[in-house]
Amino acid sequence: MKLNVNQKTLILGIETSCDETAAAVVENGTVIRSSAVASQIEVHRRFGGVVPEIASRHHVDQITVICEEALSKSGVAWEDLDGIAVTQGPGLIGALLVGVNAAKALAYAHQLPLIPVHHITGHIYANRIVRELHFPLIALVVSGGHTELVHMKEHGSYEVIGTTRDDAAGEAFDKVARTLGLPYPGGPEIDRLAKEGSPVIDFPRAWLEEGSLDFSFSGLKSAVINYVHNEQQRGHKLNHADIAASFQESVSEVLVKKTMMAAERVHAKQILVAGGVSANSKIRLEIEEAARTRSIPLTIPPLALCTDNAAMIAASGTIGFLKGTRADLSLNGRANLNIEDF
Amino acid sequence: MNVLAIDSSNLVMGVAVTEEQKVLSELITNNKKNHSERLMPALAQMVQAAGLKPSELDRIVVAEGPGSYTGLRIGITIAKTMAWTLKKELVGVSSLEVVAQNGRGFEGYVAPFFDARRGQVFAGLYEQKDGKMVPTVPDRLVLMENWLAELAKRDRPVLFLSNDFDKWGEKLSSEAFAVLGDSTQNLPRPAELARIGATKEPVSNVHHFLPVYLRLAEAEAKWLAKQGR
Ligand SMILES: [Zn+2]
Repeated sequence: MKLNVNQKTLILGIETSCDETAAAVVENGTVIRSSAVASQIEVHRRFGGVVPEIASRHHVDQITVICEEALSKSGVAWEDLDGIAVTQGPGLIGALLVGVNAAKALAYAHQLPLIPVHHITGHIYANRIVRELHFPLIALVVSGGHTELVHMKEHGSYEVIGTTRDDAAGEAFDKVARTLGLPYPGGPEIDRLAKEGSPVIDFPRAWLEEGSLDFSFSGLKSAVINYVHNEQQRGHKLNHADIAASFQESVSEVLVKKTMMAAERVHAKQILVAGGVSANSKIRLEIEEAARTRSIPLTIPPLALCTDNAAMIAASGTIGFLKGTRADLSLNGRANLNIEDF
Repeated sequence: MNVLAIDSSNLVMGVAVTEEQKVLSELITNNKKNHSERLMPALAQMVQAAGLKPSELDRIVVAEGPGSYTGLRIGITIAKTMAWTLKKELVGVSSLEVVAQNGRGFEGYVAPFFDARRGQVFAGLYEQKDGKMVPTVPDRLVLMENWLAELAKRDRPVLFLSNDFDKWGEKLSSEAFAVLGDSTQNLPRPAELARIGATKEPVSNVHHFLPVYLRLAEAEAKWLAKQGR
């Protein structure tokens, strides 16, 4: 399918799949007119992780506030919008329902097209806000819930060619951080701590079968936990910085090598990195280096576009809009959703 | 005044549109609970059946709880989003007060309740004064056992109204002061929600209008208990 991706559009995006309530207006799929995010990190910190019921309650409190902020900052009127894009899934079901029902109410009230968006396609399309996409491409999607290699032959077409068989990379970061007694969220804490240490501990790398593009992080996670326990039992003083650096080295090496393998296999013209874990400075550095030596153009969104936001949902929703993807008022949130169906 | 009423607080889902004293359209179901899929289409259908456009509504009335957390969030998200974006008045009404309307004319107390698991119920107590059902005590979350003991001390018979007699009917029938509502009295009617909502004060801040959960999230309750230790 050939899409005219240069068509003029104005799309409102809404995102509530986890612990950020977000809304944004994006022009032509590439220009952020406004982006509002209410983060609940502080709310969940005392629980050591996101509590779904509490996240859902906060979304109800913030949803219209954030939509109003996005609308007023964009200077766009309802009648100027071409459609409303909303994250349908995957995510926390109670959280998704708030965004989906708000989007339906808005679409109904203003008689606007409603466009369902897969959250991960949002992370991927955050890159198009930075630079136009060139196909075929490989997207490495790494977040608290996802570790996937997605092959795109054209706009709005997604083929998963590698995925995690157990934990997501972000989950491993959170669990290792907890083992080291670091506060939630653990990813940025490990990143910070690793800068003070060296990767001197030899933690395992799970390559799986020859040529496999899949990932596995549960073995690495257990290895770190076991190492910590063993050292403590022997009465050794732990060097947290070295543990963080070594763990991060192991994750980053596997992610980068497999991404390069995938890129070479499909003769990628571009590599994208997406998702919250792409905020990690080590992973950024390593993948930049690897892409440069292979002369494959690489795009990583700025930090604000790596974590959950609605500009990325509007950017992906723009492609959905151009493809003719529409939902009616019976649209429901879905905790599990296949990206290949989008 | 054109009023849209929305109730998705429990298994019963209801939508009605009224204009002054006239009920223009009303829909009520009491089977599956996929409110997230069914509420917006039902709402669109009822507004259309009333011959109105969304912009022609003046006030949106929503059952604010207690009830199912998810159900409440669906109805309230839709109600507040529409009220905000269309610049309409928003009114929240107790979900129990809606059911209590079905006890008008009963000589005694009217006690609507919803099952809240673990032996608990969301319960209210209402009585008729000057033709209106007014609360005798505030809505609460209470152990059914304690609630019955409290009601037994009162001077008049109590009409129980609930969609959860499958679970509680037998126990209630054994109480001398208890009268159980008929099948048609037990379901909240959205037209009643619209009627009482039309007379109430609209909320002053639509943005921060929230469900009345009457119960903390479990993680929060545990955390607070831990702090108190
Ligand atoms: Zn995400």
